[in-house]
Amino acid sequence: MATASTSAPASHSAQSGARWWKSQRRSRQLLGMLYVAPTAIFVGVFFIAPLFLVARMSASTWPLLAGDKGLNFPDNYSAIETNALFWPAVWFTIEYTVLVTVLLIGMGLGLALLIQAGGKWKGFLRTSFLLPSAMGLASASLLFWGLYSDSIGPLNPLLEQLRITQNPIEFLGDPLSALLSTTFLIVWRFAGFYMLILLVGLQAIPRDLYEAAAIDGANRWHTFRYITIPLLRRSLALSLILCITGSLLAFDQFYILTKGGPDNSTITVVQLIYREAFQRLNLGTAAAISIVVLAVLLVLNAVQFRALRGAEET
Amino acid sequence: MKPKVLALALTRTPYYVLSGGAAIVFLFPLLWAAYASVNGQAGSGQASGVGLGNYNTLLHYQDGLGQYFFNSVFVSVSTVVITLAVSLLGGYAFAKFDFPFKNAIFLVTLAILMVPYATMLIPLYVLLKVIGLQNSLLGLGLVMSMFQLPFATFMMRISFEAVPKELEEAAQVDGAGTFGVLRKILLPSVRPGIITVALFAFLAAWNDFITPLILINDSSKAPLSLAITTLRQQTMGVIDYGSLEAGVVVMALPCLLLFFALQGQYVRGFMSGAIKG
Repeated sequence: MATASTSAPASHSAQSGARWWKSQRRSRQLLGMLYVAPTAIFVGVFFIAPLFLVARMSASTWPLLAGDKGLNFPDNYSAIETNALFWPAVWFTIEYTVLVTVLLIGMGLGLALLIQAGGKWKGFLRTSFLLPSAMGLASASLLFWGLYSDSIGPLNPLLEQLRITQNPIEFLGDPLSALLSTTFLIVWRFAGFYMLILLVGLQAIPRDLYEAAAIDGANRWHTFRYITIPLLRRSLALSLILCITGSLLAFDQFYILTKGGPDNSTITVVQLIYREAFQRLNLGTAAAISIVVLAVLLVLNAVQFRALRGAEET
Repeated sequence: MKPKVLALALTRTPYYVLSGGAAIVFLFPLLWAAYASVNGQAGSGQASGVGLGNYNTLLHYQDGLGQYFFNSVFVSVSTVVITLAVSLLGGYAFAKFDFPFKNAIFLVTLAILMVPYATMLIPLYVLLKVIGLQNSLLGLGLVMSMFQLPFATFMMRISFEAVPKELEEAAQVDGAGTFGVLRKILLPSVRPGIITVALFAFLAAWNDFITPLILINDSSKAPLSLAITTLRQQTMGVIDYGSLEAGVVVMALPCLLLFFALQGQYVRGFMSGAIKG
């Protein structure tokens, strides 16, 4: 693969020198294509081909076991509208996304400010807030499933001991508590991550701005409102994008913790896709829903990135 | 002097209460899982007392913990190897060469991030069957590598771009080919990038749940995440929570150890990485 000769002989005429450079560029081009070939093949086989396939599936009768049974466009798409679980799943996913986003960004900001305030515990605190983020979401969900259980869960005995409650709480028993319990798990698992993003943003704010504000007699709230928040806009926007996209695609936590229950009250859109494909064995309708999700996400991301760029410019 | 110290202590009190309380909330579930994993529960393998009975139950659960652990290690290691091999060469090409469709290929690779896992996994389930990798650990590794590729390629590209051109040119003058330059000169310089990519590929593959859930339907080929979750699915009889928490500890321990060993790297990777899910 040795291509670079040591140097072009100095005695060569200008014309042959130019040709030498051209052939050098050509061979470097070929080498570049050689090095990028694994990426291109990989992306082609495992990304582009599946994308075309999912589009084709969404327009076909395609039972899981029997395979392709021919085009039926637009039946799979019109079936979405009549799927009894679709709109409840959409509303639940939006509800969950709003709740989680507000709580996670708020919590992340709170923790970041706590670390920023300094003190002897700083290192210890940062590590303890970040530790849950090192865990997988599936294992965290299983952990909390035990934690919430009425069999070995420590929460109810603790609450009763402290005389906060008299009757045991069923953490996953009704739709509202199932939503709140799952949200608590997600805040626990991800708050450290958002704290980290916001901490980097906080540390980029020049110290003298705060000093100037203090000289001007600004109180804490004013400093926070008029210095911290505006200058943190970029980190906040990034956190928002990651949090919204992640929550809209929620799956593991509900699959493991609530199994979509009670009474199908906690089914997210991705769970609905999974159900269509692997429980109702209908890849066609599952593909149609995932195409819709993809389209919504692309639009949403375009809007969010435009907003992020706007935030960067001002 | 004295009252001043007291006043200071008083203004610091809310800080200590808040931060102490928060630390307890964040650490408690982890500590509890470790505690529950060594404690007995009536009707399970370890009826009472403190011991390793739950881990013993787990060791012999269905195909055995050893098998599941092996599956997880195999999938994670192959994901790391495939991701590194593809993204190293690709990152080198994007950073140091010019060729037709360079930007298009790069952008399409990054576009993988925009597509939800579920949208990809439905057709991949069919596609893997076509290429004979259905229900296989290697197929799982390949798909997980694809999910890692945007972050890995981006990371390797900026790592290679940061290496000064002079270093490369000096080696070329000495007669090294482009692959020799990559191996001898560039690899040592991009080591931090390699570690970050490897760490992220390993953790993502180790913890991935939905990919094996959809692509694997043979219990003996399940990685830990999937196998431990089936403990929760038992609908008959008593659910063995103790063994479940033991499984959580087994799954979480490698991640937590990596976290402590590479905390700096981890934090930096978090900042530059796009996280999905």
